[in-house]
Amino acid sequence: MSEQKFDVVVVGGGPGGYVAAIRAAQLGFSTAVIEREHLGGICLNWGCIPTKALLRCSEINHLMRHADQFGFTVEKYSFDFKKIVERSRKVAAQLSGGIKHLLKKNKVTVFDGHGKLLGKGKLDVAKDGKNVATLEAKHIILATGARARVLPGLEPDGKLVWTYKEAMNPQAMPKSIVVIGSGAIGIEFASFYNNMGADVTVVEVMDRVMPVEDAEISAFARKQFEKQGMKIMTGAKVVRLDKTENTVTVHVEAGGKTEKITVDRVISAVGIVANTENLGLENTKIKTDRNHIVVNEWLETDEKGVYAIGDVVHGPWLAHKASHEGVICIEKIKGLSDVHPMKKENIPGCTYCTPQVASVGLTEAAAKEKGFDIKVGKFPFIGNGKAIALGEPEGMVKTIFDAKTGELLGAHMVGAEVTEMIQGYVIGKTMEATELDFMHTVFPHPTLSEMMHESVLDAYGKVIHM
Amino acid sequence: MPHKVLMPALSPTMTEGKLAKWVKKEGDEVKAGDVIAEIETDKATMEVEAVDEGTLAKIVIPEGTDGVKVNTLIAVLLEEGEDAAAVNAVTADGGTADAPKTVTPANQPTAEAAKPAPRMAVATPKQAAASGRIFASPLAKRIAKERGIDLAAVKGTGPHGRIVKADLEGVTAGAKPAAGQTAAAGSTFTPTSSSINAVALADAYGIPYSLQPNAGVRKVIARRLSESKQTVPHFYLTIDCELDTLLAVRKQVNDAADGFKVSVNDFIIKATAVALKKYPAANVSWTDENIVQYERADVSVAVASDNGLITPIITDAASKSLKQISVEMKDLGSRAKAGKLKPHEFQGGTISVSNLGMFGIREFSAIINPPQAAILAIGAGGERAVVKNGQLTVANMMTVTASFDHRAIDGAVGAEFLQVFKNLIENPMGLLL
Repeated sequence: MSEQKFDVVVVGGGPGGYVAAIRAAQLGFSTAVIEREHLGGICLNWGCIPTKALLRCSEINHLMRHADQFGFTVEKYSFDFKKIVERSRKVAAQLSGGIKHLLKKNKVTVFDGHGKLLGKGKLDVAKDGKNVATLEAKHIILATGARARVLPGLEPDGKLVWTYKEAMNPQAMPKSIVVIGSGAIGIEFASFYNNMGADVTVVEVMDRVMPVEDAEISAFARKQFEKQGMKIMTGAKVVRLDKTENTVTVHVEAGGKTEKITVDRVISAVGIVANTENLGLENTKIKTDRNHIVVNEWLETDEKGVYAIGDVVHGPWLAHKASHEGVICIEKIKGLSDVHPMKKENIPGCTYCTPQVASVGLTEAAAKEKGFDIKVGKFPFIGNGKAIALGEPEGMVKTIFDAKTGELLGAHMVGAEVTEMIQGYVIGKTMEATELDFMHTVFPHPTLSEMMHESVLDAYGKVIHM
Repeated sequence: MPHKVLMPALSPTMTEGKLAKWVKKEGDEVKAGDVIAEIETDKATMEVEAVDEGTLAKIVIPEGTDGVKVNTLIAVLLEEGEDAAAVNAVTADGGTADAPKTVTPANQPTAEAAKPAPRMAVATPKQAAASGRIFASPLAKRIAKERGIDLAAVKGTGPHGRIVKADLEGVTAGAKPAAGQTAAAGSTFTPTSSSINAVALADAYGIPYSLQPNAGVRKVIARRLSESKQTVPHFYLTIDCELDTLLAVRKQVNDAADGFKVSVNDFIIKATAVALKKYPAANVSWTDENIVQYERADVSVAVASDNGLITPIITDAASKSLKQISVEMKDLGSRAKAGKLKPHEFQGGTISVSNLGMFGIREFSAIINPPQAAILAIGAGGERAVVKNGQLTVANMMTVTASFDHRAIDGAVGAEFLQVFKNLIENPMGLLL
């Protein structure tokens, strides 16, 4: 087979890969993407997007269950779980098709197959074990992403023990579930199934749920989850699973005691593992650290002409971080002038459970540890008109400032729609706004976003509505 | 699309330079990596390599042009298939580039100079010049105000050349960057000519004269040393060193050496560095907030060149053998004289050594090179009458005068350091390690 030459070849068509490819095409590079499964990657097909579609449905169920609060009498209602799942699959398919269209529009060549480095700028594309194309590229970007980590004893079996994939595409609605891991993935599934009416227990090995978030936010969220009927076990470890035909008995060790919980299904959400196997890395100087590919601030690996972005490199393992890395990588290759490495502290993190959680920058503990003299502002949802009018009075907005310079060090929010609001703080932080800039910004009324303003005022003793 | 070739900033201090020579002619094919021009900076001549491929369609700035500001359009490269009309559009546009390429000098600067690399990226001087407005983030403005930093002297690396918080790191009041980095482009200090203008005077009194335009190097020397004398509180300590043992050891070393000869100055460079290692309190720099305590002794060695004084650096001289120092000095010295040092080779240093012994100068005091805090002025070694134990005898003596920055180094500290230095000169076996 003759070689096909490109300026840029991207291995992997997820949010990192396809964004890098589109940007490369915009900058005039001849570009190709090698994707072995589905365009849009995990995010679009088995992650971000379908879960948000599912969570929208569980949100509706939540409203239905509390309809009388709003003056509605809903006596008998039902839901077709299969249809709910189907809807999420349709959403994923629609977007995946959209990506295909975007790549075509930008004249990016898409190869269906598994890409592997052969060294010296060449790649092998294989389908069903056979070579279907050989490519040569001046620049190769690895965007192969990651998959669920499997802990020994908790191997997914596709039936009783699920990873995220089975959890979002179940045959039927389980009545009881144990979710192992309370990071974003675990807690979203826990929230979904809990809101759909299942009996949910979350087992987290750290001392609090959502351990990367600010401690006060974790605590607030936990209280809400427990109010909703979720059972939370922290400082707890799963030591054994006993499976029967249709049930799993989970042995949880906590505080020196072992408890046995019998449920229909177990969801394991204990982290990720980078997809670095069978990429031909051994033909190169590329190094890995704890399984992820090592890159510098410009996403360059140790092999000249090969770069890596997204979940396959260091964290945070978020789709928007992958996309920005793709753009930075390509713009740097092109030699554009205003290109800067990513600042980790300006990357927001969002979790779409009920209540939603969103944050950017340092937690209060981290700010103190770094030696900052801080000013902290807090504002509760109960003080906000729109929140009460919506019937969503539970939540809070917390802002942390450097007392010396007025720099926004961190913003942490929990409550309805906070995932849509966090961008305001991220824009400010990216532009190096000070507290005065936030204070001088006119937030519209009546909105939940006004709480963002009030939280900043509170940090400086000027809060009005509390 | 035609590529604009802009006047690169080949050092952080460079605001303008001389386009000394075009190596390629109009119409020549150029490949990435080809040397296309030679640019004279304030310190040295640098080769400029092409970053892109194409034909050198138009040379905008002819060779020999002085005072070419950084970022000025100097040439246009056309890609295959592009035609000459495109060139006119580009040249009409002048110096603003849509995507200015950072033309890399033939050799990359080391980590020392590369650390402020984002600051070395082409600035947009047009921006501040045009409207007088300075663009800085709210946070940067506030920090600058609190620290008394003049934003006009800070180069911005944010969007559209905006000054951001990171650009203020290490910058102290008066827009003088912390030690270890070189001055931001356009330092605010200008050496004023004497209020009595030399030319006017000569004209008035009929003194015959000719004018010699100041080379970039000369102007920089004038600016930096005037600044040093006017802002650094100098004090001077003199000490005499007996050279007899060192000269004997040197002879033995050179007899045993193969292919190189160690000079007395090589010994002095090593002794300076080892003395700083033993006595780190003299290996410092002054900044408003902190004393910078260097953890390595990099010795700047003054060399006279046709263009003026330049100081190539022996980094980490205490860890290098006399052979290494000798070999490096030979190389650096000859390239310094030819004006072919790379920026990182003469920018930096934690202490300076200046030796006028070869001219028979018995004793002199030198001017400190900021941001360093000390310089050793080495006089001629020679036989002198000395008194030992009440007896008149002959010894080979050398007088060393140190200038110290009294903000960072007190008298006793300077004196103790000189004692350590003298000890190493007079008991030089330790320098052979």
